[in-house]
Amino acid sequence: MIFGEFTAAAPEITLLIMICVVLIADLFVSDENRIVTFWLTIAALAVTAWSILATAPAARTLLFDGSYVSDALSQVLKLGVVGVVAVGFLYARDYLRQNALFKGEYYILGMFGLLGMLIMISANSLLTMYLGLETLSLSLYALVAFDRNNADSAESAMKYFVLGAIASGSLLYGISWVYGMTGSLQFDQIAIAVQDPAVNSMPLWFGMAFMIVGIAFKFGAVPFHMWLPDVYQGARSSVTLYIASAPKLAALALILRILVDGLGELHEVWQGMIMVLAVLSLVVGNVVAIAQTNIKRMLGYSAIAHVGFILLAIFTGTEQGYAAALFYTLTYVVMAAGAFGVVILLSRKGFEAESLVDFKGLNARSPWFALMMLFFMFGMAGVPPWVGFFAKLNVISAVLDAGFPALAIMMVLASVVGAYYYLRVIWYMYFDKAEDRSVFQAGADTRLVLSLNGLAVLALGVFPGSLLALCIQVIQAVN
Amino acid sequence: MIGLEHYLTISAILFCLAIAGIFINRRNLILLLMCIELMLLAVNFNFIAFSRHLGDETGQVFVFFILTVAAAEAAIGLAILVVLFRNRRSINVQELDTMKG
Repeated sequence: MIFGEFTAAAPEITLLIMICVVLIADLFVSDENRIVTFWLTIAALAVTAWSILATAPAARTLLFDGSYVSDALSQVLKLGVVGVVAVGFLYARDYLRQNALFKGEYYILGMFGLLGMLIMISANSLLTMYLGLETLSLSLYALVAFDRNNADSAESAMKYFVLGAIASGSLLYGISWVYGMTGSLQFDQIAIAVQDPAVNSMPLWFGMAFMIVGIAFKFGAVPFHMWLPDVYQGARSSVTLYIASAPKLAALALILRILVDGLGELHEVWQGMIMVLAVLSLVVGNVVAIAQTNIKRMLGYSAIAHVGFILLAIFTGTEQGYAAALFYTLTYVVMAAGAFGVVILLSRKGFEAESLVDFKGLNARSPWFALMMLFFMFGMAGVPPWVGFFAKLNVISAVLDAGFPALAIMMVLASVVGAYYYLRVIWYMYFDKAEDRSVFQAGADTRLVLSLNGLAVLALGVFPGSLLALCIQVIQAVN
Repeated sequence: MIGLEHYLTISAILFCLAIAGIFINRRNLILLLMCIELMLLAVNFNFIAFSRHLGDETGQVFVFFILTVAAAEAAIGLAILVVLFRNRRSINVQELDTMKG
């Protein structure tokens, strides 16, 4: 390969080169031909995906003095984020064009965010993790404020920035304590150092608590969720789609690498903190979502509830639980991308389909896409045979096997409460009269991808076996 | 003799001041940005103290990265501040409350 000894890091290197190419090419593209930038971006993502597949090392490979790792987990997550970001760009294309936001910056920032996610996924030291996280976060802050004439976007960007910066500060403060106690920033060396009882003591736990606060902020877990609904609502729908999907996979990598690879030995210490975060997220997310009238805000609270499920899967501390978390996050991201895709495609020039009532009578207007939205809502609610059901079932059985029946009952109850607000969207679409007569306006490729996305939610639910086997295999390869 | 504990205490005080500044301050966004910088500086203090104590340079390298990221973060924060001011004609923290629910 052309990258010599750095072949294992080829995805990041390729993507960075492609970003620079798109950045320069975009300078020579006029506003009418901005579609060229879009297709170049899609090509860049395709090349990156190809480089992930083509350069995947057979075994776990460390690079850059152990700061970077390429293993089966990183390849699965990387393919996931690249795919979801590409789909998100496709959904957003017509929306951006209609709202005079079709600019090269959107794609450049989106790709820099993707680069940050790839770095986070492959991080094997706290320094690499921090740099990846900041590359992602700084791109996201700018993306939220992207529509500069929109006061709500600016306000939510400011909130996101301030709370995100506090989260980074808290994470860093925790990192400094963990570094001071273990004397290393690399996860495998930290894992060795914490076996010493003198190291595994109060100061280390103190640092770890700060790190968990930082992680919870980034994940959007209650009580560190304040930014999430505001950002989902205030950002333009194309940006909300981006924030709601791929970064969840990067956040999963963040928690798996730090708490499992690095501090796995301290499982009994962090278990309690993760449980409190998860239970609060489940309850608050599901209950507050019922009161929402704005669909983006509702999906924001729903995201908080889903984070509760993912955290409970991590909480078990078993391989079965980690595999369930991976399966849950991968499938949730597919559903979230689809649901926000429908929200975006329903919007037109000068009209944001933000309110739940905008979905009234969608079945009479666009029956096929109403059916797709039904798939996404049933999937998120956890109705069999859609994939969300199996994702939830996996997590619940992992929690049961770990010996926490009370938590499992609580998860079932929370899902039942949560089903109400997903079913309400379906009720509006199928049983209410439409207030306006507008139909879907989207290109043939967007329609095709959205249909595939919806059918994937059903197909994965009917045949979950191969994806589940892949998740288990990947997690076993890591441990 | 000034030891590791003194540096860690100073750093903890700075960190708490920054957090308190962020949550108590209800008027000016610029002050918020300054508190965020103070928080990162407290972390740098910690890293250098630990690095010196452990006789390991990694912590000092980390500080360089934090300084660089802090500069980029301040640039983006101020840019968002300008966008906000153009739209709202105010940078009052209390007026950032149009979204509820």
